[in-house]
Amino acid sequence: MGNHSDGSPNHSGTVATAGQNEVEKFQDPGIPPHRLRLADTDPKAAKRAERQVALLFGASVVGTLIFLVAYFAIDLGDDSSIATIRLQNALLGVGTAFAMLGIGTGIVHWAKALMPDHEVSEERHAVRIEEDRVAAVRIVDDIVEETGIKRRPLIRNTLLGAVALAPLPALAVFGDLGPRPDNTLSHTMWAPQEGKLKRLTRDPDGTPIKASDVTLGSAFHVIPEGLNELHEGKLNEKAKAVVLLMRLDPSSLNPSKGREDWSYNGIVAYSKICTHVGCPVALYEQQTHHLLCPCHQSTFDLTNECKVIFGPASRPLPQLPIAVDDEGYLVATSDFKEPVGPSYWERDEHERSINS
Amino acid sequence: MSAASTAEAPAFVAKTKTGRITDFVDQRVGGSGILREFGRKVFPDHWSFMFGEVALYSFVILLLSGTFLTFFFDPSMAETHYDGSYLPLKNVEMSVAYSSSLNISFDVRGGLFMRQVHHWAALLFVASIGVHMLRVFFTGAFRKPREMNWVVGGVLLILAMAAGFTGYSLPDDLLSGNGLRIIDGVIKAIPVVGTYISFFLFGGEFPGTAIIGRLYMLHILLVPALILLMIVLHLFMVVVHKHTQYPGPGRNDGNVVGYPLGPVYAAKAGGFFFIVFGVLALMAGFFTINPIWNYGPYDPSPVSAGTQPDWYIGFVDGALRLMPGVIGDFHFEYIIFGHVLTLNVLLPALVPAGIIFTVLFMYPWIERWITKDDREHHVLDRPRNAPTRTAIGVAGFTWYCVMWAAAGSDLIATHFHVSLNDVTYWLRTLFFIGPVIAFTVTKRVALALQRKDREIALHGRETGRIVRLPHGEFIEVHAPLDEYKHYKLVGFESPVPLPAVPNDHGIVTRKEKRRAWLSRWFFEDRVAPATPAELEAAHGHHAQPAVEAREESKSLSH
Repeated sequence: MGNHSDGSPNHSGTVATAGQNEVEKFQDPGIPPHRLRLADTDPKAAKRAERQVALLFGASVVGTLIFLVAYFAIDLGDDSSIATIRLQNALLGVGTAFAMLGIGTGIVHWAKALMPDHEVSEERHAVRIEEDRVAAVRIVDDIVEETGIKRRPLIRNTLLGAVALAPLPALAVFGDLGPRPDNTLSHTMWAPQEGKLKRLTRDPDGTPIKASDVTLGSAFHVIPEGLNELHEGKLNEKAKAVVLLMRLDPSSLNPSKGREDWSYNGIVAYSKICTHVGCPVALYEQQTHHLLCPCHQSTFDLTNECKVIFGPASRPLPQLPIAVDDEGYLVATSDFKEPVGPSYWERDEHERSINS
Repeated sequence: MSAASTAEAPAFVAKTKTGRITDFVDQRVGGSGILREFGRKVFPDHWSFMFGEVALYSFVILLLSGTFLTFFFDPSMAETHYDGSYLPLKNVEMSVAYSSSLNISFDVRGGLFMRQVHHWAALLFVASIGVHMLRVFFTGAFRKPREMNWVVGGVLLILAMAAGFTGYSLPDDLLSGNGLRIIDGVIKAIPVVGTYISFFLFGGEFPGTAIIGRLYMLHILLVPALILLMIVLHLFMVVVHKHTQYPGPGRNDGNVVGYPLGPVYAAKAGGFFFIVFGVLALMAGFFTINPIWNYGPYDPSPVSAGTQPDWYIGFVDGALRLMPGVIGDFHFEYIIFGHVLTLNVLLPALVPAGIIFTVLFMYPWIERWITKDDREHHVLDRPRNAPTRTAIGVAGFTWYCVMWAAAGSDLIATHFHVSLNDVTYWLRTLFFIGPVIAFTVTKRVALALQRKDREIALHGRETGRIVRLPHGEFIEVHAPLDEYKHYKLVGFESPVPLPAVPNDHGIVTRKEKRRAWLSRWFFEDRVAPATPAELEAAHGHHAQPAVEAREESKSLSH
């Protein structure tokens, strides 16, 4: 048969230079002769296959019954335990699996063992016939001609203009999907309210933290005072305001100029929101004084104002300036001096406006 | 006219009631014609053609299980206090969405099962699309006339990932919220409009109270509708093109060899749906997936070490992990004209995925341009017979896998007791050299396999029998293959480099030179299929043993 087509002009030219074109090829011997299966020649084997298929269908019936029993006999009352749910879940799985696999394997076995397995050959037809193409072109030409769009550019151009503008309202109606960002991202709940400094409180119960509670080497997860009492937008505020509080040996801190009074007796507070893409940075390695983000492993060095020492973050974690109030509780002396969390286009602008 | 002709013809009257109903419908929808066209349509059969079926069937299962879940899920982010039967979370403040997900798991009979079927089916859906595309790539099934169907498949892969991600975020548990947090961080890194997109998506600041409801609409309406549309397009084109077939005796670009749709192929394919369903049911019954009750409700503060996205998002997350934010004193976050360009997020989030999908979508046209091949191809390539293409595919796959593995860098470190930093450094190195190694090794392996094929075609297969010749020499007897197996080893095309050709003005353009260079790169290392003349020569050379082999095998079988 030798039906491998390789008569394209591109090929023949180049192949000739390589001296390959004239080489004859092996003849296609055609579809291999059909081999009979056991079930085709031995009636006993066919009968056996028939019984196997029926057995598989029977297994499916059993599976369906298992499912129904598991669904109705196991009650998920108020006193049901995890074990009951697990049991029911497993039995529903077994039931469905038997029901489905029984039908599936049964049909496939039937097809493979008993249905005729003669491979047949069918001609392929061209996806497009030249005759059709010519007819189609003629039709399109006629249609275009009848609309007269080529002869009347005024109609065409005004239509194009109208159609181009018509989707604008469809875009505009999405204008209320969200508010404009403004500068909401640059403020957190830590800003003092009416002159009152916010206390550092424990996450999640909101009890205030005394400086004396923070022993050397300890770490606290901190939320601002009043967060739990918010009725609206609590998670939004929390997503910006969460802080990690740690106490180190004061001599191991190396505050830069202007930040000397941001800590208290070696107690420092840093934003817990990673400057990479915003996961909570909450793995504190006490020995090395490193903070590690569990999402993408950005590592920050506490002794160096949370400078990035490894991983994909590029900026240090923002520090929260803290002090102690007259009752001995830790308070934030101001909001963060820069926006917390991941970077965004307007971030630098916001940082400058905070510090001006 | 048709009325007249039916009046003249003896009217067909069905004998049975079913027959009459069928006839009624047939006269109104023309079913006979459809059946005549498709009832015995021939489909080639091969195990590797089933991946696409797995994808289709998992989508059907996703629709079925997903519909069940919508009856109980409430996509509200309003605050509530949990009052279901899972005691550890009793009275915990959470969103209605999370609470209803817990109720589906613990208080709706079969709800947990359905959730797990749905989640496993989603993982399988994306996986089977991926494997199906690998099969199509490595066998060259994307060539003319199937380039557009390859693109539809690529769109389906993206849509499947979108469906997966929007669904993953719905239960509003700690992990899914963290996933959204990361997405928010990535969106904010987009220059100029990022902050606006974030505020528009979340309806204000992260996390807000709108996102779950919005993702829910995307997840159950928009994305599935698009997937369905693409599947229809995909299958329509499969019917138009007819299926490809593996090379072999009796198969060529002008025919299609296989089983007729009815009954064998339909039975196998139909039965396979139930098998896929059954396997998913077993997985859902016995392997816990996404135990949201362990994670708790979303809260921006708690930590969860060892967090992993669903596998198909892994390569993007891994790329995020691999990117260093700071090298020495060099920061990847710039400030230009007072605005922040945060390349340490932007580059890994967009560039690798961008490269993968751009190359993926364009590949059929790239190869078509290099080979100048405008013929229709219905016979697949064995991957070894297209060494450079196979090597490109494995290189790309390796690159993907390095990024994917990086998404589990922390787990690799803890499981194998190695330093997390070292794992990252190694993966960063592999990110660059992994594809190069993979390309070289794959190309050499493919060429070696071709050489082996050629040797077997010319000298027969090794029988393992050692024979001592009269003059004392030991030889291993080789037996010739039967002509059908033999044809499989020799019946393939082996293109040669196409040198640059001048255009109509007699000029070899720079583009044409580039094409010629690529063509040489593609095809200069080649192993040509054995030819009859070569076989003749080989037989002449080894005439003695070959004849003996035949005789001896005869004498043994007698």
